[in-house]
Amino acid sequence: MTILVWIEQNDGQAVTNCWELLAKARALGQELDTEVAALLIGSDVEEAAQQAFAYGAGRVLAATDSSLARFRLQPFVQIAEQAVERTGAVAFLANASIRGGVLAATVACRQNAGIAANATDLWVKDGKLAAARAIYSGNIRARIQFESPLAVASVRPRSFPMPEPTERTGTVETLGATLNEDDIHQKITDFRAAEAGEISLTDAHVIVSGGRGVAADPQKGFELVGELAQTLGAALGASRAAVDAGYIPYKHQVGQTGKTVRPDLYIACGISGAIQHLAGMGNSKIIVAVNKDPNAPIFERAKYGIVDDLFTTVPALTAAFSKRLK
Amino acid sequence: MNIAVLIKQTPDTAELPKISVEEARSGELRATMVLNPWDEFAVEEAIDLSDRFGCQTTAVSMGRADETDALKHALAMGVENALLVDDEVASGGDEWAAADALAAAVMKVGEERDVELVLAGKMSVDGNSGVIFAGVACKLGWDLLVNVTRIVDIADGKLIAEQAFEGGQETVEVPLPVVISVAKEINEPRYPSFMGIRKASRASIPVLGSADLQVAASCTAQWTDLEKPEVEQVQVRIIEGDSVEEKAARLADALMAEKVI
Repeated sequence: MTILVWIEQNDGQAVTNCWELLAKARALGQELDTEVAALLIGSDVEEAAQQAFAYGAGRVLAATDSSLARFRLQPFVQIAEQAVERTGAVAFLANASIRGGVLAATVACRQNAGIAANATDLWVKDGKLAAARAIYSGNIRARIQFESPLAVASVRPRSFPMPEPTERTGTVETLGATLNEDDIHQKITDFRAAEAGEISLTDAHVIVSGGRGVAADPQKGFELVGELAQTLGAALGASRAAVDAGYIPYKHQVGQTGKTVRPDLYIACGISGAIQHLAGMGNSKIIVAVNKDPNAPIFERAKYGIVDDLFTTVPALTAAFSKRLK
Repeated sequence: MNIAVLIKQTPDTAELPKISVEEARSGELRATMVLNPWDEFAVEEAIDLSDRFGCQTTAVSMGRADETDALKHALAMGVENALLVDDEVASGGDEWAAADALAAAVMKVGEERDVELVLAGKMSVDGNSGVIFAGVACKLGWDLLVNVTRIVDIADGKLIAEQAFEGGQETVEVPLPVVISVAKEINEPRYPSFMGIRKASRASIPVLGSADLQVAASCTAQWTDLEKPEVEQVQVRIIEGDSVEEKAARLADALMAEKVI
């Protein structure tokens, strides 16, 4: 009996949200009296494999091959199923990223297993794993009771605290029999990495977002919001209104039709707080609103607010934080 | 090569907060129902591809026998055919039963016109799982590309697409048949034309039920204990001051004290 956790990698680097999940799996494993195994699939897994031991894996299984350098569903599913069978897994967990979500879903479907997609919590109930997830875009919460021997979940980033690594090390078990390149249908012909140094919204501890409030001078507005984000080491977000108006690309959009985030601190600059935006960031630990309109709905969800023009307030905040973070 | 586009009829996003636990449990929603917003991108892409490559398009939806508004919206946008799968075929089942029913419907469409591409949206705004298209690919035994931002070309039995993920963007080549979930960046969905709406309103939409489709029963997980998430009642503290500098300094101090920076 094993809880198996897939550790996603980008260019050999483990995606750090997977350590949150691995540490949670370790706690669940203690309750269920099952071991916790990490699964690595890639062309370069050495560093991530040792990190997996340090972050709580009792076993680490790895499949290494040049054909696994980039995520492709077909070979990754084949290996994940191999690992599920080899370990007699009772649970298969993945980070709810784009790849983690599709890997978990495909493994679950093929294994005829129940899935908790985009889960926000995991716990043990009556000696079995259970999960929580949001439905109706965050407006209803449901618990998932698994009826299958294998439970599968893709878990939202930042659902659990980030653990401290230990000094633990171990020996990696090799998974064999990877598909031949000729048998893999998908061919990746080009790859462009995201801009270096850019902080992803779903991983961020702090997010600074801009909205329609920048309309008077959108370019200047987002420059100011971006400077505050940079000062705080924060990711840059935006409301749908700002994206639809063409002020900033879609990848920054937070909300119902954008990304769902739950940072420790969310600073909304010139965002009124439409329910579609709140659906994407309402679970942030602390919400701060900067808005000229004292009646903006965002103030109903914010812990702190400044009622003033963002064009003067945001640079003042950047200056105030620069002084304090020196 | 023809296209099936999977769509769902879901509550208007503005009405989602009003949905009660009882409504969610029974499925008897009072909300205005529309074409799932994420599926609009899949419908638009199907129409666009039919213009580019001269293929036929069929929208397939699963729902109650009278839930045809989303399909009519797809027809009004310009999809050629529509097909409703009565959700009684997978009643009491899980995502995989739904996927099996949709896959069976795609095969049915394929009996008349060779379907080699299935398009779907990222997720539904009610179920929020984003796994149905993966189940459909699995049941069909087809390849799957997700979060596709551009379909570059379809030629010689192959499809070339760009797909985005958290770490970047890739160009991928895959042999047909294939299931694709599309991202919001892929296009800008059109509004139905007046003529389209008139035509769609007169369309009679065939319904497939359990007599037409063999669906494997599957119940691997159940939703229990539905509840409204408690929204933490926060009383906003408006930071006052004589100047923006003073307000900013006070806010910065408060946030430093919260230890979130």
